[in-house]
Amino acid sequence: MRSIRAAAVGAVTLSLALAATACGGGSSTGSGSNDSPKTLTYWASNQGASVAVDKKVLQPELDKFEKKTGIKVKLEVVPWSDLLNRILTATTSGQGPDVLNIGNTWSASLQATGALLPWDAKNFARIGGKDRFADTALGSTGAEGKDPAAVPLYSMAYALYYNKQIFADAGISKPPATWDELIADGKKIQAKGKTALGAEGSNLSENIHHVFVFAKQHGADFFTADGKPDFTSPKVVEAVKSYVDLMAKDKVIPTGDAEYAQNQSVSDFAKGKQAMLLWQTAAANLKSQGMSEDAYGIAPVPVISGTPGSGTQVNSAVMGINMAVFKNTDNIDGATQFVKFMTSDEEQKILNTAFSTVPPVKSAQRDAAFSAPATAVLKDTLATSAVALPQVASESQFETAVGTAVKDLFADAAAGREVTADSVKAKLQKAQQQMPAA
Amino acid sequence: MTTTAFKEPVRQAAPGTAREPRRRTGRLRRVSLPYLLLVPALLLELLVHLVPMAIGVVMSFKELTQFYIRDWGAAPWSGLGNYKVSVDFDAPVGEALLHSFFVTVGFTLLSVGLCWLIGTAAAVFMQDTFRGRGLLRALFLVPYALPVYTAVITWVFMFQHDNGLVNHVLHDQLHLTDKPSFWLIGDNSFYALLTVSVWKGWPFAFLIVMAGLQNIPRELYEAAALDGAGTWQQIRRITLPSLRPVNQVLVLVLFLWTFNDFNTPYVLFGKSAPEAADLVSVHIYQASFVTWNFGTGSAMSVLLLLFLLVVTGAYLLFTSRGRRAADV
Repeated sequence: MRSIRAAAVGAVTLSLALAATACGGGSSTGSGSNDSPKTLTYWASNQGASVAVDKKVLQPELDKFEKKTGIKVKLEVVPWSDLLNRILTATTSGQGPDVLNIGNTWSASLQATGALLPWDAKNFARIGGKDRFADTALGSTGAEGKDPAAVPLYSMAYALYYNKQIFADAGISKPPATWDELIADGKKIQAKGKTALGAEGSNLSENIHHVFVFAKQHGADFFTADGKPDFTSPKVVEAVKSYVDLMAKDKVIPTGDAEYAQNQSVSDFAKGKQAMLLWQTAAANLKSQGMSEDAYGIAPVPVISGTPGSGTQVNSAVMGINMAVFKNTDNIDGATQFVKFMTSDEEQKILNTAFSTVPPVKSAQRDAAFSAPATAVLKDTLATSAVALPQVASESQFETAVGTAVKDLFADAAAGREVTADSVKAKLQKAQQQMPAA
Repeated sequence: MTTTAFKEPVRQAAPGTAREPRRRTGRLRRVSLPYLLLVPALLLELLVHLVPMAIGVVMSFKELTQFYIRDWGAAPWSGLGNYKVSVDFDAPVGEALLHSFFVTVGFTLLSVGLCWLIGTAAAVFMQDTFRGRGLLRALFLVPYALPVYTAVITWVFMFQHDNGLVNHVLHDQLHLTDKPSFWLIGDNSFYALLTVSVWKGWPFAFLIVMAGLQNIPRELYEAAALDGAGTWQQIRRITLPSLRPVNQVLVLVLFLWTFNDFNTPYVLFGKSAPEAADLVSVHIYQASFVTWNFGTGSAMSVLLLLFLLVVTGAYLLFTSRGRRAADV
């Protein structure tokens, strides 16, 4: 009896202890400290062809940083499919990295959570000042009138990649500059048995980047000036329809692309099955898939008429990666030092070359390494004809809601159903109703 | 303990009951011991299941949007607001939830029915010994043993429009369709989902029914055969009634698993499932994670929990009453 009682008491104590420790994992929601000055955790986004490639590029640089400052950076490269969820989980639990990469379009949404360190004048001064960065890149770091939630790290823009051989075979001498030209060229290419243009119909973000630019070219905006969703104005409907029509009516995008979401269109292009691709900084990706740099040309994304510029001549969203610091880091000085290191001229050159992106740091941008024709197109686009996606708190929801609407419209087109102004409007209406009321 | 020790001398005064208090303490100890031994399990259950559940319920009454997820405590209470939004079937959010609910009910009924039918049929046919039976049994269990992600991603490849195996067989070889079909987007996605779900679920039914069959005495079949019952009659009059208790549990478990299944649709379709295959689990995920509104997501989860509780409760009540009636 005695031993049983002892066992029972033991069991109760043990379970209480277990319960107590498990409950004890609370999070600190306070602001940063310098409690562990010798280590940093860094979540990098996946820029290269694979997570392994990124590690290979970043690790030597992190080693340099450790040699210089004595701070060890623990690196984790997070795939795009997981990154936003991981950041959200880190935000809710307070258990996140010290420094992290974010897609620049999420800046305003993540800024609204209050989890990221605001880059006020004082913080910017610690990394060499705000004016080191290009204005276009700074335009996608958070809501207007607020201190940026992140610092630009890599800049990207969309361009038209075209297969030189297929163009030559179809008797096309120069890349299309307008959508009408693209459609006409597409017919010639299809006559030769190749597909014309690729798209990722089931990839919500890709859909958003394209319809955003189409809306700009039609003189429309998805949000009103005071940040309210406005998805059903006739011009927005027309813009979204003309993008989906590339598959539904003009038939330059093959119907099979409606279910693409894993960069299959990039593979189709790299394999020489498809003549054109609208992509942001595809060079590194194409190289990893065995396509030689001589095989393709890079041109600005087409416009409705004329040449790329501002207003309705916009032909790309400002794409890119920003670097942010979690507010509750326990090594705030180290984190700022690390951001300073990563945005230094030298590192900017190394990293942006490796990922075939454009440095958002002006002095690094001037380097000869970024004057090759391929990068020049991207640089010009960023400088003259790219605009930032809406910097509103509900941007991330907008990507999901409207991205899904476009995905559904592509599915309709692929199934041979007619895509009309009414059907587009109905989908956009549904998307708008899903947006948060605030 | 102290109270009984105190009572002891008082009680002793009454004649004839001298041993009673000691026995009572012993009984108390005997009665409480099982509970004491259950405490660790109960506490862990509390920790792993009930506490998160309770937090989920609390969340469902809060306005937990992106502006508050960093500090939950600061999120304002929204009363029944999240529930109102979820069950307002005239408004888009509620309408979408209701649609998703109906899709899920239809999908679950079909999937559970088919899983049970195929599993039971296979188990009955595999009762007789024949050459290669062990091999076949092992083969049948493969879908159940495979990791879900690996299995479903393989199906994604097979269902691809351009170069998937399914279209190759149906269109290129058998010429059953005019043109290659889309399976992962549009209306066909429901059938794609159902196929994968049944493929993944029936081996479990097979396994459980097979185990249940081992308990039916051979003599029953022999006696039935002597009385002139054919195979079909044997199945109907002996096998199925004997399997009843097994089936009751099996169908319930399959129902709960299928209704709540998240992995299969998520791996097949990603974050935004096509309308035709918009299962409620992915729908709730989207309502909370993708739109960053964890309050509404929690409210929908609580509603789902209530629904499943009601169904399970009704099912258990119904089947146990049936069993009691059968016992009489």
